[in-house]
Amino acid sequence: MKIRSLPTWLTAALFFLVVGVGFQIVFSQGWLSAYWQQVIMLGTLMAVSALGLNLKYGYAGLFALGHAAFYGIGAYSSALITKDWVTGWSGNPAGGLAGVLAIEVGFILTVVAISYFKIGHLRSQLRDSLSRWLTPFEASVLATAAILVAGVLIIVVIGGGSGWLVRRGVLALVPPVLGALPVAISQQVIFLIALLAGAVLAGLIGFLVGLPLLRLTYDYLCIATLGFGIITYVFFNNADKLIPTMKGARGMVNIPNLTTWPWVFICAAVALVVMRNFIYSSTGRAILSVRDDPTAAETMGINTFKFKTLAYALGCGYAGLAGGLYAHLYSFLHPSNFTWLKSVDPFVMVVFGGVGSMTGTILGAYSFEILLEGLRVLPAEFIDWRYVIYPLILLAVMLFRPQGIMGTKEWGFLKLPSIAKRKREQETSAGAIRAESCASESQED
Amino acid sequence: MKDNLVKILLKALCWGVLAVIAGVIVSIVGGWVAENPVTFVQQMLNGLQLGFVYAMIAVGYTLVYGVVKLINFAYGDLFMVGAFVSFYGITQYGLSFLPALLLATVACVFLMVIIDRVAYKPLRDAPRIAALITALGMSIFLEYFTALKFVFSPDYIAFIRPFKLVTWEVGGVTFTNIQLVIAGVSIVYFLGVQYIVGRTKIGKAMRASAFDKPTARLMGINVNAVIAATFALTGALAGTAAMLYATAYPQIFTFMGIQPGLKAFVAAVIGGIGSIPGAFVGSLIMGFVEAMTVGYVPLGSTLKDGIAFVLLIVMLLIKPTGIFGDPFEETK
Repeated sequence: MKIRSLPTWLTAALFFLVVGVGFQIVFSQGWLSAYWQQVIMLGTLMAVSALGLNLKYGYAGLFALGHAAFYGIGAYSSALITKDWVTGWSGNPAGGLAGVLAIEVGFILTVVAISYFKIGHLRSQLRDSLSRWLTPFEASVLATAAILVAGVLIIVVIGGGSGWLVRRGVLALVPPVLGALPVAISQQVIFLIALLAGAVLAGLIGFLVGLPLLRLTYDYLCIATLGFGIITYVFFNNADKLIPTMKGARGMVNIPNLTTWPWVFICAAVALVVMRNFIYSSTGRAILSVRDDPTAAETMGINTFKFKTLAYALGCGYAGLAGGLYAHLYSFLHPSNFTWLKSVDPFVMVVFGGVGSMTGTILGAYSFEILLEGLRVLPAEFIDWRYVIYPLILLAVMLFRPQGIMGTKEWGFLKLPSIAKRKREQETSAGAIRAESCASESQED
Repeated sequence: MKDNLVKILLKALCWGVLAVIAGVIVSIVGGWVAENPVTFVQQMLNGLQLGFVYAMIAVGYTLVYGVVKLINFAYGDLFMVGAFVSFYGITQYGLSFLPALLLATVACVFLMVIIDRVAYKPLRDAPRIAALITALGMSIFLEYFTALKFVFSPDYIAFIRPFKLVTWEVGGVTFTNIQLVIAGVSIVYFLGVQYIVGRTKIGKAMRASAFDKPTARLMGINVNAVIAATFALTGALAGTAAMLYATAYPQIFTFMGIQPGLKAFVAAVIGGIGSIPGAFVGSLIMGFVEAMTVGYVPLGSTLKDGIAFVLLIVMLLIKPTGIFGDPFEETK
């Protein structure tokens, strides 16, 4: 009999403890230069972003190219919050936080209200009842117009109203409460809130974008999400017309430098654990089934569109979290970091590491960043070669090993949980036996 | 009686809503025209010039997509290579307009066929996503490889026009000979492609391969050769379009292909991908919208890259198959 290995949670905890504390010691002892410390932190946060893309592309099978846009949304929104807390660009230290939270709460309540009133259903009902008097064209025009007016009213009254309330509440409550804490602690608290708010905003916008775009497939989805990435890029470039401190094409400066190794590491560890548990849950299995065979999944009663949207929004949220960490790592943001070509970076990581493998994605992220930054040690005339090499790697992987280095294999605690696996094996073997006996019975017949 | 009253009221309401929408659009455009009719016509001409260049690229995209079902991401970069080849032809060898055009066209044909052979052909039967990623990789490779110092250099280079710019003025509206050349060449190419695809034997083979590859193979069509021929044809389109584009907007750099390439693809989707007249019409619309954005929308010159994609998303929501598209295309 095989010796039982450690329980999964213990392995995971030990692993995280060793890696986290180990790197903390390495960093604090100064065994690595500040530059390489940044590279490792960048690799870790890119791993978070790539995990998000792996969820979208690897698990849900959505070939979407707009990842950098959500990375940018998370980066800019969280930077606005913390920068406001430190420099007070909006006149109130909690102004940025109030704005972002107001948008989020307003958005969520609007969505809830719209789904509560069943707007789409109402439209067809209205159209049907109108068609008693009108031709189908006229009826659908009138129904659509009525629903649009109702939708705008809901957005203004519910979304706008709740947003306004939240904004007033945050402005009134947050500065005195957090101001009472010592500066060092209050900054960390604001940073945590900013990271979460950035991730949630990216996820919500992902949801909003996904609603129309995820009805498309393959190339159409690819080009439409790429288009969304370009629209966001254009927006970042002109953002100073809306919010002066974002500085548009000149780049946003003076973002507090808050990203440290513990922050990056804890965020990455939580993101990884959440992703693992999510993908092995029943929801995760539903997402995998949508990827493997949408028609069969639909027959089994799985709402494919819902799970696609969920996976897409969650993946975008991961990108937003990574973006928030990135913004506070270099304390400078420029729109050129969020062009559509940057969406290809996490893509290369996923494809190189293994499509649909968390281990592969993380390995891919680190090897990508370390390769890209490590090649900087080359003489100056070879630096430009870095971006020649990485598409070549992409091409080579696609031509010779399209499933990536790891394929769909996982290591350690990222494997399919053993209990579930054992149960599944039993079921399949039982099923096989049953099938065999059935076959023999039918032969006897 | 009451029913009739309700009917009339609702009808009035419905057409009133439509009339208000139409009125708003007409009054905005009418405002532009009334403000300065000459500028408006001039903007339209600029839009047409851009649209005719996009049309050549879009036809290339639509041909490849029709036959191989692949977004040829490297196409925009092929376009860039064409511009650089014609530039070197003009400056190094002192070529005049037509030889330079021919040189760029031939170079692009060869490069496109080589790219197909090296990168796309091995993945012909792989999942479509794999080919798409390969095309993306090829695109990035071409961009950064040509940006190396010993290839084309990463600098912005001023393109030297192979012929003198001549302008005529008719009632305040300025025409240039470049506009005439672009429109002429673009229409000739469009008719040529229509002829090749619609009337020749190779065109018939292309259509057969687009429709059903295995059956085409059974019918004795050499599908790989047909696909290579398609790529060669699109290469010719890219080379010619590149030279014309560089003549009209005389600044070249190794990333110049991205935006025209993407916009032309969007134009092809708007027109209905797989349809050649669709690509042509979609491109003219795209050029027109872009010129109007630059001319009349505040901050237009910075927003013009975004507007193409707003148009795309709106189009995909209303009619994903495009203006001329096959209504069953999307479900295939």
